[in-house]
Formats: sequence, C-alpha cells, structure tokens
Amino acid sequence: MAHRFPSDAWIKALCAELNASEAYANAAKNWEGDFYFIVEAGGPLEKDVWLYMDLWHGKCREAFEVTDPASKSPEFVMSASYEDWKKVVLGELDPIKGLISRRLKLKGNMNKIMRAPQAAKELVACCTKVETEFPA
Amino acid sequence: MWYFDSPHIVYGEDARCVLETVEGRRAFIVTDPTMVRLGFVDEVRRRLESAGLEVAVFSEVEPEPSLQTAVRGAEAMRAFEPDWIVGLGGGSCLDAAKAMWIMYERPDVTPDSINPFDTYHLRQKARLITIPTTSGTGSEVTWAIVLTDTAEQRKLGLGTRECVADIAIVDPYFVQGMPARLTADTGMDALTHAFEAYVNTWHNDFSDGLALQAIKLIFTYLPRAYRDGKDMEAREHMHNAATIAGLACSNSLFALAHSLGHSLGALFHIPHGRAVGLFLPYTIEYSAPSGAARYADIARFLGLPADDEETAAWALSARVRQLMHEIDQPQSIAALGIARADFDAQLEALVDRAESDSQTVTSPRVPDRGEFARLFVYAYEGRPIDF
Repeated sequence: MAHRFPSDAWIKALCAELNASEAYANAAKNWEGDFYFIVEAGGPLEKDVWLYMDLWHGKCREAFEVTDPASKSPEFVMSASYEDWKKVVLGELDPIKGLISRRLKLKGNMNKIMRAPQAAKELVACCTKVETEFPA
Repeated sequence: MWYFDSPHIVYGEDARCVLETVEGRRAFIVTDPTMVRLGFVDEVRRRLESAGLEVAVFSEVEPEPSLQTAVRGAEAMRAFEPDWIVGLGGGSCLDAAKAMWIMYERPDVTPDSINPFDTYHLRQKARLITIPTTSGTGSEVTWAIVLTDTAEQRKLGLGTRECVADIAIVDPYFVQGMPARLTADTGMDALTHAFEAYVNTWHNDFSDGLALQAIKLIFTYLPRAYRDGKDMEAREHMHNAATIAGLACSNSLFALAHSLGHSLGALFHIPHGRAVGLFLPYTIEYSAPSGAARYADIARFLGLPADDEETAAWALSARVRQLMHEIDQPQSIAALGIARADFDAQLEALVDRAESDSQTVTSPRVPDRGEFARLFVYAYEGRPIDF
C-alpha cells in the first residue's frame, strides 16, 4: 500500500523499514540522535510539514508527523523543499551531497552526522523501499 | 548540481616568481623545521619581501599535525594580522595552514568542528597561497584538512569548500631534492587519489579526465623520479600529476583504499601515502565484482587488457603491484614491519576506524564488518583478494 509523502503514515512506514533492515542496524549501531525533518511549503504543500524520528543504535524508536513543533527539542533539524526531499526519498539526491550544496539545511552537530555516512546511506536505502505516493 | 573548485594554479619551472607580484601588507608562512633547514622558507620570504610584504613564519607544524598545533598557529596569526597566509611544505603544512586560516578568520570555530556544511565567510581578513614541496597529497588544490586528535589516536577528515587556496604554486624547484622514499610514498598517494577519484560513486564529468591523465603521468614518471631525483622532466610531470590528481579527488571524492589507509596510518603511524598506496591493489581487486568501478575505462586508457571489468581490474592491480615493486614500496602490512601479534591485537580497532571513515560510503563496493577484517588480514599477508 502506497503512503503519501509527507505524512504520519509515511514516516511510520519508514520507521518500520529501518527496524527491518539489518544493513541499517549494523551501520548505525553506534549512533543515536533524533530529528525534525521539515518539508517546506511549496509545490503540493500549502504549509510546512514536520516529521519526527528518533534513531537509537540501529533502530527507530519512534516516528510521527508533528502537530506542535514545540512538543520536542530534537538534536537535529533538517529542512528542504518538497522537490528536494522527493529526490532524497527516490534516491536521486545523496543527502550528504545535498547538505554540502545547501539544498538540505541542517541544524545540529554536523560532525556527528559526518561520523555516520554509511548509516545515512542505509537510511536513504530504506526510504526508497517505502511504497510512496507523491502528490502532484 | 555540484561544483568544481580550483585555485589559480601557477605551475612549472620558476612558478615561485609569482610571489613577487603578490599585493598585500603582511604574509604569514605556515611550515615546518625541514623547510627552514632546506632554505625554502628563505626563498619564499625573500620573494614576498621583494613584493613589499612584511613576513612572519610559524615553523612548528609536525608530521600528522594535531588539533593543538592548529590552535597555536591561529593564535600566532591573530597576533600578526596577515592578509596572506602561505602554506609551504607537504600535506601536513598545507592542511595546518588551512585550519589555522579558518580559525584566524573565525575565532569562534574549533578545528575539530570544521565541516563542509557550514558557511564560514572566509577571505574577510586574508587569502591563502599553497606551495607544495612533495608530489603527492594534492592539498595545494583540495578543500580537505586532515588533523590528528592525539587523545583518541584518530585522524579527522575535515574541510570546507571555502578553504580551497586562492593561488597554488606548483614549482618543481621545491621537489628536486626530495628523498627517494618520500618520492615513492607521496607518488603512491597521488596514484591512489587519481584511481579513487575515478572509481568513487561521486565521480563526475569534470573530474574523470583529470584522474585518467594523472594515472598515466604517474605510471610513466614515478619510477624515473624515484630512480633519479635529478631527472627534472620526471620531477615536473610528477609534481603536476599530484596536483591534477588532487583536483580530481577534491571535486569528486575518495574510496576504500583511503578508509583502510587512514585506519592503519592512525593506529600504526604509517606515512599517509605509504598506507593508502599499500591498499590500492587490494581494493581494486575487491571492488571489481561490483561492476561499478569503471576499471575497464582506466585499463583501456593505459593500453591494458580491458575486455570486461574483472579482467581490467586484475590487469590494473597487477600494474600497480609492478609499479610498487619498481619503487621498492611495501606490498603488505607485514612488510611494513608490523608484528602479527600487534596487528591481531589492533584488528578490531582497525575495522572500527575504517568502517566509520567518511571515504567508505563512496566506495564502489562497501564491505561489511567481516569483509573489512578480511581485507586487513589479506593485506597483512599479501594475498590477492578472492572474495
């Protein structure tokens, strides 16, 4: 069943993919951090969509669409346009390249992210496995 | 979208004369005691002074420069207030100069936090000239900075595209007396840069041609430069090749030989070029089955068998081993003089570091933990890769 991106169902489906991935579990076994992923208004989105994800030593502990951004204070906040997130989800934009070229904007400890490039790669691999419907 | 970054490159015999045309007030030379002893610092100072600049020298950069050295140099810079920074030396001096420059411009930045995602707004206070005195690291044209965290025995791969030098002076004058061992080690570093720039997953149209030409130049001229250091034709081509390879990898990335080499170098204090070069033939053999490394292109360019990826990869690894033999380069970890017991004791730590190295992720074939361990063991024993 396809999940609309971005949505609560989609981020929960990604969480399930991560928890089923041995490659992600291995790549991220020494890494922890929680995120707000902000999909900025534009294109099919009338307003920003905030997704929360808590990653803990190779597992996803929690993931949901955020209704009140003040409800959490995640370690990282990553934002981008809908079109650029779509490219990341489809595996067409390497997130590290996206960060270097400023298409993805990250607030948080950059060096902590850089220490886990393989985990980032496996996370994107899981994104591409989520059956996704992109609103036009 | 992606970028191609390069300094203004002045190359060839007497390229250092361009220093006499630099416009500014104060130049701060970042270098090491060997450059002072060889008279290279005086050579550069004299030319800068003839351009009307006041010159200060920081000559305390050690091999594998530490975070602390970078902080000390930045403090000295702040006291002198230069408008030009001149990195003079091997990769250590040039990397240290970049880190010091960033902290001079941005006193709020710590060296271990320099990263490609932040914007530093450099060039408000000074610009950077790089003058390499080895033919290998390519640091004169790259945005990479390698510093050592001495507390954690870990090499930190740092950098930002903003710290690519304004001017790189690639003058063979500075390498004419380079010892044979250093010629071989740094030459293997350049060869590894060129190979990995071509095969890593971030390769691109702008870096590909540079990588291929650098590989060809190094196979042709490294043995000559190693055998006869006075062969200035070979020296000049090798010096150019190292810079070209640096441009190639700085504008794409590296791959597995760098991950393995960084790890070995940090734990056993092996010179960078010797460490990464040692792993090059092993990683070629390992990456071949991925079919993604484009070894057939390289082999075809060199006139080697290139019927398919597998054939090409084995022809290339054999060619690299032949080159290493010609320049008396160790071809196994055991040949570096590391005892088996010491190696075994550090194997887990070697794998840990290689696994988390930022170069691993852009390799055409990414090993899992077990394969990392086998790669190290095969390289220790000098066995061709069969998995």
